[in-house]
Amino acid sequence: MTSENQMYQLNVNGDNRQVKDAWIGESLLYVLRERLDLPGSKGACEQGECGSCTVLLDGDAVCSCLVLAAAAIDSTITTVEGLMSDTVMGDTARAVSDVQAAFVTEGAVQCGFCTPGLIVAVHHLLDQNPSPTEIQVKEAISGNICRCTGYGRIFAAVNAVIESREKSK
Amino acid sequence: MSVSVPTSLNDALVALRQMPNARLLQGGTDTMVEINFNHFKPEHIVALRKVEELRQYSLGADSKSVHIGSGVPYKVLEAEPFLSIVPALAQASRTVGSPQIRAAGSLGGNLGTCSPAGDGLPVLSALDAVIHLRSIDEQRDVLIHDFMVGVKRNARKDDEIITGVTMPILQGFQGYSKVGVRNAMVISVASACLAIDQVGSTVRLALGAVGPTIIRCRETEQWLSTEVDIASSKFSNAIAVEFGRRAALEARPIDDHRSTAEYRRHAISVLAQRLLLKANS
Repeated sequence: MTSENQMYQLNVNGDNRQVKDAWIGESLLYVLRERLDLPGSKGACEQGECGSCTVLLDGDAVCSCLVLAAAAIDSTITTVEGLMSDTVMGDTARAVSDVQAAFVTEGAVQCGFCTPGLIVAVHHLLDQNPSPTEIQVKEAISGNICRCTGYGRIFAAVNAVIESREKSK
Repeated sequence: MSVSVPTSLNDALVALRQMPNARLLQGGTDTMVEINFNHFKPEHIVALRKVEELRQYSLGADSKSVHIGSGVPYKVLEAEPFLSIVPALAQASRTVGSPQIRAAGSLGGNLGTCSPAGDGLPVLSALDAVIHLRSIDEQRDVLIHDFMVGVKRNARKDDEIITGVTMPILQGFQGYSKVGVRNAMVISVASACLAIDQVGSTVRLALGAVGPTIIRCRETEQWLSTEVDIASSKFSNAIAVEFGRRAALEARPIDDHRSTAEYRRHAISVLAQRLLLKANS
């Protein structure tokens, strides 16, 4: 049992991270951003409607705003920061993943606020199903709201990743 | 405030006995919204996400019923075998929130919150599901109709955990339909579940989001049974229209931020009518 202001540990992107001096009722989203210096996951609606805070929790794509951080102990958490390629070029300039690169080249990033959540959702989809149908892609990102792109460029980016992964097989 | 993350049902029951005012946390899709918006400041939380026993399901020995653990997420319930054995539950599960919400949410959470708009609840009502509750020293079963007692109120005692539900596997049409302000990621404005039991020759209609709890339309069901042979499942347009009209009369909707009572009543008449036409064999 973890009590008020007591330290607990989360496994994020392969590292065990200590959460200190935090209110025990904080959401995983808040802890990631404000306690663990991982601001990639975005906070918008904080009620599970927008998907901009999507992370992988034990392999499921979930809204981190709806996860009680202190209840996510002994779990595996992957944020958008953890999806970057392992090639570390330096402290800050790590290589982007193929999904991230495709979002950039296909123009799927406009204001960018929904992008991290979409990147996580798309990685999750393609890991489970490398060749999804159009409707499966739509379904997989139906929990991620984008108000800029109209989604056309996002579908183009997903298709570009599917094709390039297909070719490199 | 404290947070307990037990890894077995027994540990969870012990934690709950020690802190009877604790909030039980299943997928977090209701409680975390309350916490994030400062509407609720819990003293203790017992989080159930690591209790494996609650995430199992099994068929009854005669394959005439299915037991579903309270923590089985909707993403499991929307797929096989549920699509084949309790199609209305799979359909209702499919309408819950988004993939992210369906990976977290469960029937246990739906029952614990007991909102009249909970998408799983009309199905449980139509199928006369039995809710299983456990405390350290007692195990009891409550019929869904006795479990839901009011808006966000249920028959669970403070030291009890909802462990699962059992529902029959029926032969006959099942459907779940809902109306919301858009097609995805939406809380029901009105919903309906229709289930036909061809063997028992009964029809069951349950309505969501149009009353303090789920409403079973007993009078409409009774009327239909006297008008047509349920087992044959042949329903004319005129019968379907009258079925919808009667169902709407049994609804007890209110005006709120999601809709008006008048629209909800109309929506029920349309949903019930469409479901019955879909049931035509």
